Parts: sequence; C-alpha cells; structure tokens
Amino acid sequence: MAATQAQVLVPGLIIQDANPAADAEGLERLAIWVLERFSPIVAADPPDGIVIGSTGADHLHGGEQAMLAKLTARLEISGITVRAAVADTWGAAHALARYAIAPITIAPERGAQAAIAPLPIAALRLPVDMVASLRVLGFERIGDLLAQPRAPLALRFGSELGRRIDQALGTTSEPMEPVRPPNLVEVRRVFAEPISAAETISRYIGKLVPQLCEALGARGLGARRLDLVCHRVDNRLQVARIGTATPVRDPKRLTRLLCEKIETIDPGFGIEIMSIAAIVAEPLEARQVATSLIEDSPPDVSDLVDILANRVGERRIYRAAPVASDVPERSVERIPAMAPETGATWPDHWPRPSRLLATPEPVETVALLPDHPPVWFTWRGVRRRVRRADGPERVFGEWWKRGPELAAVRDYFRVEDEAGERYWLYRAGDGEDAATGSQGWFIHGIFG
Amino acid sequence: MQLEPKVRPTPAIDDLRAQIRRIEGSRRRAKAVLPFGVPEVDARLPDGGLARGALHEVAGGGNAAVDGAAAALFAAGVAARTRGKVLWCITRPDLFAPALAQAGLGPDRVIYVEAGDDQAVLACLEEGLRHGGLGTAVGEVGRMSMTASRRLQLAAEGTGTIGIALRRWRRQTEAADFGQPTAAVTRWRVSVMPSEPLPVPGVGRHRWLVELIRCRAGDSADFTLEACDASGRLALPADMADGSHQKAGRRRGASA
Repeated sequence: MAATQAQVLVPGLIIQDANPAADAEGLERLAIWVLERFSPIVAADPPDGIVIGSTGADHLHGGEQAMLAKLTARLEISGITVRAAVADTWGAAHALARYAIAPITIAPERGAQAAIAPLPIAALRLPVDMVASLRVLGFERIGDLLAQPRAPLALRFGSELGRRIDQALGTTSEPMEPVRPPNLVEVRRVFAEPISAAETISRYIGKLVPQLCEALGARGLGARRLDLVCHRVDNRLQVARIGTATPVRDPKRLTRLLCEKIETIDPGFGIEIMSIAAIVAEPLEARQVATSLIEDSPPDVSDLVDILANRVGERRIYRAAPVASDVPERSVERIPAMAPETGATWPDHWPRPSRLLATPEPVETVALLPDHPPVWFTWRGVRRRVRRADGPERVFGEWWKRGPELAAVRDYFRVEDEAGERYWLYRAGDGEDAATGSQGWFIHGIFG
Repeated sequence: MQLEPKVRPTPAIDDLRAQIRRIEGSRRRAKAVLPFGVPEVDARLPDGGLARGALHEVAGGGNAAVDGAAAALFAAGVAARTRGKVLWCITRPDLFAPALAQAGLGPDRVIYVEAGDDQAVLACLEEGLRHGGLGTAVGEVGRMSMTASRRLQLAAEGTGTIGIALRRWRRQTEAADFGQPTAAVTRWRVSVMPSEPLPVPGVGRHRWLVELIRCRAGDSADFTLEACDASGRLALPADMADGSHQKAGRRRGASA
C-alpha cells in the first residue's frame, strides 16, 4: 500500500521511514535488558524476536509460567505488545510465539511436535518463495509436512526444509549466540581436557571467582548477578545464575553461592570452557564498619539472605512492610529482605490475630443486630459459644481506590469461646443497610 | 513462697550438673541464657532462662496444634527480646505480621522465608543457625526427626543463636508426633486459656497455659501466664500469684 493511500484511510497517520539498523540496535538493547533480569542466555532473533534459554534461570522466578507472566507484564508496562511461547526448541518456540492463537503459549515438555503440527508452514522460518511453492503443492500445515517422506521433499526444496523441521523438533541442535552487554566483567577458562566431576568444577569456580573479584575491584564494582556458563563438548551450554541482595565482591561468598548450584549443571560428556560473568554489577565502595568507640552495629545478614534466596527463589524471601490500609489483608506488603529499614510499623489501636486466613471463611452465627457480637458461631463443623467479645471495629471499603467498595463495610469482632480460644470474626455490612454488604459472618483470623 | 524449697537446687545437684556438662563437651557456651523476666518460670530453667545457642521446641495445645497461633506469639516474644534480625521459615504464609509487631517484633527485624516443605524449612533453619548473625531463627515445621533436630542443635551450639522449632501439623491427628524424642533442649506447649476477666464486657489480656514438657537438666512444669506485651514479655497474672494456677493448670493439661 502506498503511503498516500494509507494517509487517506487513517487521518492523522504518523509516517516514519523504516530503519532496520535502529530496530536491530533496539532489539539488542531489549535482549540485554532481558539478560540482566531473567536469563543468562538471551539472543536477539531479528527482525522482531528475542530468544531466551530459560533452563537454569526459571527457578529464580518460580517456574516457567511465573517467569513468562512476569516478563510479559514488565514489557507491557513499557508499551511493548508481547507474544511469547515456551517450548523445547528454539524452532518450536519461534513458531508458537508467532502463529499460535493464544498470545502466551507453554508447550508441554517433549510435546513440540504435537504443538506445532496445526500451525501454518510459514511458522518454520522458511524463505517466502519456498512457502509459496509448498502451498502450490497443497501443504498448508506443518503436520502435513511431517507426515510426508523426507527424501522427495529434500530433492525438490534442498536441505533447508529438512534442517528447519529437524530444528523445530529438536533432532538437530541449534546453537544460540548469547548477547553480551558492553563493559561486561567476565573471566573464562579453557580446559585442555574436558572436566565433569563436581569437585573439579568447584575447584575451578574457586580459581575463577577471585580473578573476577579482582576485575570488579579494579572498577569499584560489586556483583549483583553472576552467571556461570559451561560450554560442553557437544556444543551445548549449561548455565547457573545466582543473585545477591547487595553488591558483593567477597570471593568466599560468591564461591559458596556458585558451588551450591553445581548440582544443577549437567556436564554431559565434559565441559571444555567455563566462564563467569557479572551480568549486573553495582558500585561498591569500601567503608569502615567496626570501631571500638561506637556500639557495634547489628551483624550483617546479607550473605545469609543470598544463600537462602538462591535456594528458595528471590521472591520467597521477604520482609513485611506496613501499608496505609485498614483492610487487614491489604495492610501488609512484601518488600525485599535487604530493603532499607524504615522503622515504620502498624497502628496499635486494636489487637491483631497472629494467623490470618488466606480467604475469610463463612461461619454460621446467631447475633443481635445491628452492633452485637455473635452469641455462638459454627466454624468447620464445630459450634462454639461466645463467652466474651470485643468490638465492633468498623472497616470501610477503600472507595477512593476501588469503585465497587463505595458502600462496603466490615465490622470486626474479637470473640472468645468457652475454652478460651479467640477468633477474629467480621460481618460483611453494617447490620442495617443492605448496600453495605451481604450481612453474612466470616472468620478471618485466629488470635494467640 | 511455697515453691521456694523445691526450685532452689542443692549444691550436690549443681556439682553433678557441672560434671555432666563437662562430659557433654565444652562447645556449649557457659550460662548464656535469655531470661523470661518471670521469676517463677526462670527458676524452673537451668541457669535461670532459655538457653542461647540451643534448639527449643514450641507447639500449640489442642486445636492450636494446627494453627499454632499462640505458639507463634510465644516464639515471637522470645525473638523480640533477642538482638539482631530474626529468620522465620514458613511453609504456609498465614502469619500476620502486625500481630508479631504487637508482640514486640517489628517488621524491620523479621525476614520471612517461604520454603516449600518441611525438609526445606529444616535446611533453611539450619543455615540460619549456622550463620551466627541472627538473634533467633524460627522454623514452622511438622515432622522433625531426631537426626534433623540434632543437626539444628549442633548448628545452634556453634553460634549462640536461639533456634525455635515451631511445631505445626496439617491435621490434629498428626500432633501425636510431638511425643517423639528430639534433641531440643526444651520443649514447650502453649495453649490458650480464657482471658483475664474484666469488670466490663470485652476481652482482657490474653492468657496462656504454658507447659514446659521437657527440659534438659531440669524438671517439667506448667504455668498460667499472660500473653506477650508490646515488648515480648510474658507476665504472671496478678490474681493467680497465690499458687492456685498450679492446680488449675494441671486439670486443664490433663483434659487437653
């Protein structure tokens, strides 16, 4: 379509010249952004894609699905429309990301063939004229091609077709050339003989990390994220990534963190090149921490946080921080374990239960309206007589943030049964006006 | 006071205890304890307080074996009175941080680790105890074998951090596991009791029946105590200071 024609169809259309060089550069920058945050192996897949080796990195984000959700959410915030797929091979993921109906697809392990079979043949990364001639022959979908004997096709279309099919199915390997950010601090070691024993790997980690720390020290940096990349003799990459909560340049700490990851590395027939790169590094300056004149500061636990974060995942080690909200489940947010201490805490007007149920559970009650606590209630099949009660503590819906909560009210009561067990009940609604809630009773927490 | 002659140890017993300690090994730091600040409780514990550098077990009694609400606050009270950060390893994220803050354990001090299962909790707890920079490390764990508890105890002995295994089970029936032997130095059961009676309608200060079920180099005992205040301290109820709580506590303990 000519530009003038498009301008007639869409008034106010902004026209820019295609700039493939700038596009490629932008893609490269995006790949580095993904590399720093998500996975050690990332490559630009021009003209419009990024390919990510997720093995060895998804556990830090809580699995493939969570990692993909996080990645797409972050990209969408920056105004990029994303289609993503996870599959066993680059070829299959490439096809699913571009031609599957759902914008986010996760193919089951070893299910690449079944997943790509219904896709059109253009998904196979074939030259345009080859796709056209295959169409002429009546091939519409990849499944049609897979069912055909390979030899006649190779005779007619050359080896390219077979190679692309094999790459999509994973029968031939397709090496990725990972993107490397400029000014990357990296140390590597090439072995004369491939190594594979865990002890040997840990010995060489112990030799490489001090070199890396020296290089970081020369630039005044500390590592926040380290990648250990092992090049195997069969041309595959094995990677392990560790993260730290604060910039670190201590060889002992980094060595320990990396050595804990050795069990995730599959050495196969042997590793010939090992490299360690500080993917994310931040300024780290030496400062004096101990003097005998002032009171000793509380011990630093950032190394413990690092060890645990690399074991259970960064998101599952956290601190709780107060949020200015009267709704109990919204009054707590999770912040990184090493976030600066603010000294802020929750208001101490009313006692709070030590266990808060994830979702309030309905209870059967008998209670006087509008503002009396229940006389008895039944929760999980046990009927309890209320001996003492305190309340109501009225919590209003946050209409200034959430429209539907304009009239919502909860009345919280702390009740104690005959055995002394204390529960936190609330009534959804103020007991008079039906607009304020269902007037049903719920249990929300258990006091100690 | 009526209890005095029973709780004051005799010199001969002290000598024997010192001998046992020598046999046990010298790694244990001498007399590093965290007193509860309640004389009745401290008198029942060797060296007058909860041993630092040791593993302690806490569980809820009755229904609380599943929710562990009171046991968690008891542990929070202990942790609040130690210095430094507190590691809290959990499997179920139902701990409500404002309640810990009301027991004196502010949000800046607690680092939560959500481990997948009991094994992971024990591993994280051990790591926390070995580190040495923490005041207290708490792990909410169901099954804990003798071997696992021994590892935790050794890790704690090496650093002086207080380890608390907050025993919490998925089902009431599994709580019988609490009878199994472990290497913990003390074992506590914290059950809720009716709160302090008030002259007006309302719920008074919470009360617990705190049972010291097992105590290395000490006798078991039970106490009726008032729940943690804003600085994590327990207290003896004023109306029970005459000793009547002993009888009341025992009757309740038998029925639980």
